[in-house]
Amino acid sequence: MIATEPVINKSKIIVKNLNFFYGQHQALFNNNIEIKENMVTAVIGPSGCGKSTHLRAYNRIFELYREQRAEGEVILDNENILSGSVDILELRRKIGMIFQKPTPFPMSVFDNVAYGLKLHYRLSRSEMAEKVEMGLHRVALWDEVKDKLKAPGMALSGGQQQRLCLARAIAIEPEVLLMDEPTSAIDPVGTLKIENLIEELKENFTIVIVTHNMQQAARVSDYTAFFYEGHIIEYDKTENMFTKPKAKQTEDYITGRFG
Amino acid sequence: MKKKKSIFLRKLKNNSMSIISVLSTIIGIFFLAWIITVVFKTGFSSFNWSFFTQATKPYGIPDGGIANAILGTLFITFGAAAIGIPPGLLGGIYLSEFGRNSRLGDMIRFSSNVMMGIPSIIVGLFVYTLLVYTTKTFSGFAGSVALAIIMFPVIVRTTEDMLSMVPNQLRESALALGTPRWKTTFSIVFRSAKTGLITGILLSLARVSGETAPLLFTALWSDSWPFNFFTQPTANLTVTITEYATNSPFDEMHAKAWGAALLITIAILCLNITCRTLFKEAKK
Repeated sequence: MIATEPVINKSKIIVKNLNFFYGQHQALFNNNIEIKENMVTAVIGPSGCGKSTHLRAYNRIFELYREQRAEGEVILDNENILSGSVDILELRRKIGMIFQKPTPFPMSVFDNVAYGLKLHYRLSRSEMAEKVEMGLHRVALWDEVKDKLKAPGMALSGGQQQRLCLARAIAIEPEVLLMDEPTSAIDPVGTLKIENLIEELKENFTIVIVTHNMQQAARVSDYTAFFYEGHIIEYDKTENMFTKPKAKQTEDYITGRFG
Repeated sequence: MKKKKSIFLRKLKNNSMSIISVLSTIIGIFFLAWIITVVFKTGFSSFNWSFFTQATKPYGIPDGGIANAILGTLFITFGAAAIGIPPGLLGGIYLSEFGRNSRLGDMIRFSSNVMMGIPSIIVGLFVYTLLVYTTKTFSGFAGSVALAIIMFPVIVRTTEDMLSMVPNQLRESALALGTPRWKTTFSIVFRSAKTGLITGILLSLARVSGETAPLLFTALWSDSWPFNFFTQPTANLTVTITEYATNSPFDEMHAKAWGAALLITIAILCLNITCRTLFKEAKK
């Protein structure tokens, strides 16, 4: 029986009854979803429906704000990451995140990628240089920046900055990559490059991408979840979702009737 | 339909308001220019080799300089910086990174604002009772403590403001990489606000380096070199000016007071200009 279950459909993250609160205001209601390993899962829905909020529970980044809190379970490799016993630094090494606006650190291109490596690994100078180069290669940025590794990360173009952040995130070898509208602040050429990268990166990573752009969701993802007012309305293979959505709201949204 | 308002009246109002504000600015600048010219004209003549190399002499004895006071002021100011900057920065970090929207944070913010408004002479008296009265001696160190108390709220405030300007997304991306909270603050947020923080510190130094009242009660002044910083009254520029300008009948000492005044003016001017240029660069 086990053999019939394709390996690629293994669940990497299982979310059970996730509720999320901003102070008194509840933003997520009983979210249940299984994120498949080595797949790209797109999270779509109108503005303010809780897409980003949902994503931000996976690495507990919301804890920066004291009024925000999550209830329920987010299970990564058999461990509920919302429980207090989890080593949050190791959790965040395993689950990387890319944000809407590129956020290069105020340091050189090289140091940006080296920063995360230094946090989690003990590397010699040459190993470090090697890892940094590899990271930049993987995001197809090496050829563009190899002559300006000492230049500040801020000096790169927006698209390059975002790929630099991606390099920084994958250099520490996470298992999951969360992307919160990673291309919404980037020009079409840069967007295309990042979409191509997502395709390549899913071989090694499980990717969850929040996007406003439904064409993007259709292009890059294997699975799609549709959020509406804090509820997960529908979750299915992307092709099914866009060709024969089951819920009326999903259909209305993807055909552009609202949102 | 209502009658339209007269265009002429509106223009008149507009023009007269601009003229009044320009005039007010000119009055301000005029006095600044006046002060600076007088200080330069009168002070510059006392600048010579011995002015910068010799210690002050007792009343009535010719020659001498103010080198001990220059050195003393440097000691006191550096002492104040060493005492005042670390807690100021840490306080600012608390307010910006941890105490946002918390009751304790609001309380600290409020008290540091109040502290900024305390007249410096009160701070001087406070340190007098705390350090001078108890140790039975005036000292440069007591002066440093007084100035540090004045610096502290200024640094807290500017640090909080500068750190708050750092976008949250930068904090989040550092944390999302698995960076501990303290390291995020020191290696990312601090670095990103670096110029602003330096500006704040320099401004607070400029603010205290012209203080006289708190030093009158603490460092006092002296004709000797300031090497017994912790146990003896310590020479410094501002109190020397006060003494020479008000308590001395000798023209030569008046001239030295002018010279010292010019020196302080130049120093503070330089500090302020550095701050402005730094700040402009930070904004880019």
